[in-house]
Amino acid sequence: MQLVINGQAHTFEAQPDMPLLWVLRDVLHMTGTKFGCGMALCGACTVHVDGQPVRACITAVSTVVGKKITTIEAMASDAVGKKLQAAWLEVGVPQCGYCQPGQIMSAAGLLQQTPKPSDDDIDQAMSGNICRCGTYTRIRAAIKKASES
Amino acid sequence: MIIENMSRRAFLGALGATGLLLVVGCGQSKTAAPAAKYGADSMPHGWVDDPLVFVHIDTDGTVTIICHRQEMGQGVRTSLPMALADELEADWQRVRVRQANADEARFGNQDTDGSRSMRHFFMPVRRAGAAARQMLERAAAARWAVPMTEVEAANHEVVHRATNRRLGYGELAQDASRLFVPSRQSLRLKQPAQFRYIGKGEVGLIDGADIVSGRAAYGIDTVVDGMLYAVVARPPVYGGKVKSYDAEAATKVPGVVKVVEIPGTPPPSEFHPLGGVAVIARNTWAAIQGRKALKIDWDDGANAPYDSASYRAALEQAARAPGEVVRNHGDAVAVMKGVARRVEAEYYIPHMAQAPMEPMAATARIADGRCEVWTSVQAPQVTRQRVADHLKLPFENVTVHVALLGGGFGRKSKPDYVVEAALLSQAMDGAPVKVTWTREDDVQHGYYHTVSVEHLEAGLDTQGKPVAWLHRSVAPSISSTFGPGVEHESPPERGMGLVNVPFIIPNLRVENPPAEAHARIGWYRSVSNIPHAFAIQSFVAELAAAAGRDPKDYLLELLGPDRRIDPRTMGDNWNYTESPALYPFDTGRLRRVIETAATEAGWGKKLPAGQGLGIAAHYSFVTYVAAVVQVAVNEKGEIAIPRIDLAMDSGAQVNPERVRSQIEGACVMGAGNALLSEISFKAGRVVQSNFHDYQVARMNQAPRAIGIHLIGSDFERPLGGVGEPGVPPIAPALANAIFAATGKRIRQLPIRDQLAPPAPQALRR
Repeated sequence: MQLVINGQAHTFEAQPDMPLLWVLRDVLHMTGTKFGCGMALCGACTVHVDGQPVRACITAVSTVVGKKITTIEAMASDAVGKKLQAAWLEVGVPQCGYCQPGQIMSAAGLLQQTPKPSDDDIDQAMSGNICRCGTYTRIRAAIKKASES
Repeated sequence: MIIENMSRRAFLGALGATGLLLVVGCGQSKTAAPAAKYGADSMPHGWVDDPLVFVHIDTDGTVTIICHRQEMGQGVRTSLPMALADELEADWQRVRVRQANADEARFGNQDTDGSRSMRHFFMPVRRAGAAARQMLERAAAARWAVPMTEVEAANHEVVHRATNRRLGYGELAQDASRLFVPSRQSLRLKQPAQFRYIGKGEVGLIDGADIVSGRAAYGIDTVVDGMLYAVVARPPVYGGKVKSYDAEAATKVPGVVKVVEIPGTPPPSEFHPLGGVAVIARNTWAAIQGRKALKIDWDDGANAPYDSASYRAALEQAARAPGEVVRNHGDAVAVMKGVARRVEAEYYIPHMAQAPMEPMAATARIADGRCEVWTSVQAPQVTRQRVADHLKLPFENVTVHVALLGGGFGRKSKPDYVVEAALLSQAMDGAPVKVTWTREDDVQHGYYHTVSVEHLEAGLDTQGKPVAWLHRSVAPSISSTFGPGVEHESPPERGMGLVNVPFIIPNLRVENPPAEAHARIGWYRSVSNIPHAFAIQSFVAELAAAAGRDPKDYLLELLGPDRRIDPRTMGDNWNYTESPALYPFDTGRLRRVIETAATEAGWGKKLPAGQGLGIAAHYSFVTYVAAVVQVAVNEKGEIAIPRIDLAMDSGAQVNPERVRSQIEGACVMGAGNALLSEISFKAGRVVQSNFHDYQVARMNQAPRAIGIHLIGSDFERPLGGVGEPGVPPIAPALANAIFAATGKRIRQLPIRDQLAPPAPQALRR
């Protein structure tokens, strides 16, 4: 099986129904994409498929063959991703940080669709991402900061 | 994740490289008589302030500081090394932080729990930094052959002012490493005015760039060559075990390598594994699929009847009869009979699960009689001990590497999952095995926050002042996880706001009727303060309403005149392990946070219909907190929290920016606890399984704005805890706000849809 991830082709063996999350983590050892729930309930595993945020934990690997997969590891070379990472650090968003790759991937998806999001837009786009440390007010502030830069 | 073994890293000219050091300033060289020990002195392995343990300086000037406490979101890997670097006069840009392995004999206590890291290690790390600085100064003075008094360390170099000569730390490291460590008495600690980083909040998170780029390595991210992946089917009921199992279908799942049974430990199970059947595979997904194919016949054991509804009824029954008296003055029972007005209320607070975003995971490898473990744990030392116990290896032959924790909240203080990994590696002849807990495993096989009924009665005089107070708290104790026959709250649990009530009430009685545990009970961020603060701070507002008084004024009146109370006089001999002399209960500090929160929130301001303000205050982890919650309830009974104002006095703030972030997080977790989170049992099994039914606060449910108001202090006053004390006042402040907004009194958590109007079809009938 072959996937194009962050512009790079990877060839590997996997069951077709294996979720993309476990291909990334256990087969390719790209551990920036996190496991949190396995049911698309927490958003920790968010990646982009053809530019759209999806939950890698419920996305069978066979369904993304031939598509453009982007993970947190590529955000530093993405215009929106870079702005978000800078804003995240400036606002001091992370506490434990475990959910933050998924938060940033969801936020990047939001800003690509809606460059100047309202509070309601942010709620809508981000409420699928759980942060147990409770960094939500800073996530909101960082998204706004990134959208203004 | 890159695995680097500290001992393999060569530090040319490192301070720690020489072996000729007389240990003058390190370890527990206490000479005092066997007096009571408090604070860090009372913890296993106490503290260490030896610079040779904590500071390494490379010849290129790179300073590496060891962090021996675990990072789980508090920012400790930034804040503790920052405090050391400040005393060292190091340039933070040239500082690296390295995480210590489990080794308390070397590093001092590593159990990252109880909001203790900064309050117990601020002074030891400062001393380590100051000692290293003085060694560098002495090395420079010797090089220049000038008196010590003429040289001064400043920003990563030592300067001889008279001649303007300078030597960088890298150039001095080798010489300095050959010097004696200065005695503790000869250390010159900085004055607060000299601090570069302490108290400023200007240092960024040391792991920040790694976190936002996905490079940060958590325990679950461990990759070891040739590793296998496992999940475990655990007994659905606490104390249950495998009767028989059929692994045939599981072993046919592609990628599954082996199915093995793990022995359990009957209750009280402490940190031992629950046992069950493990599926070991080539990847986590295959292991999960294999587990689904297992056929297991369980013997559920004695806890099979555990049912949250009937258990609640039993707790209520116990709470309505006298119980063990844990504090008493005057005669509350007699006085209650003759009062002008009696108020009674009962509160229910359910089990909760910590549910850190990184589920529990551990990787173990065994070779040549040695076991190496990579994991995320709050308590590395006991992890190492339990792994050694289970593998029957000497303690020295076990290495525990601690990665970043993707949240902990008390769950990762219990290393049952690490022992599982070690046992599975053993079953695979030492091959590296990573055990991953799925979210279902986490929600259904946890160490749960206790469940409790809090029964309160008060007798009011004709002015509405309470003259009698009776509180009965009934809750299974954390101690039940560690020993048999436990039916009462332990002294620490009682000291979490149950007995140490600072109100001026002439007749006050606190009782603790018995409660038996039927699940593993464990620490959950702020622990028993959650039910005690919810009940007491709700009840005070209920009394204010009964007396027709403003709840904030009434609360302040109950506090009485400012005074410092010896906690022992309130039946609290624990006091978060701190000295009652250094840490009395200071009601003036509690008053001040109440007044500050009220002022900042605009207490008394006019709000739109359906909105209200509620206030609550609570002392925990030797820190004083008050919160004002603003709530908005719509006609459907849906609850929003536009704002929380929280005032906190935890003494001086070493890293105010990280103090604020933790307290903001506490507001969110407190709101989630109050609104959403509940673990319940039926037939001994946890009903909930994942975030759809075990709900925690999401962005759209969390407070929209949070104002944190920190009470300043000099560094003379001993530090209070920060990680936990923000949580307890949130739920009662929210419930009090709901009362102000709607007139409805919340006495049961979570609030969920309690404010929803009755369904229309019900009305029609």
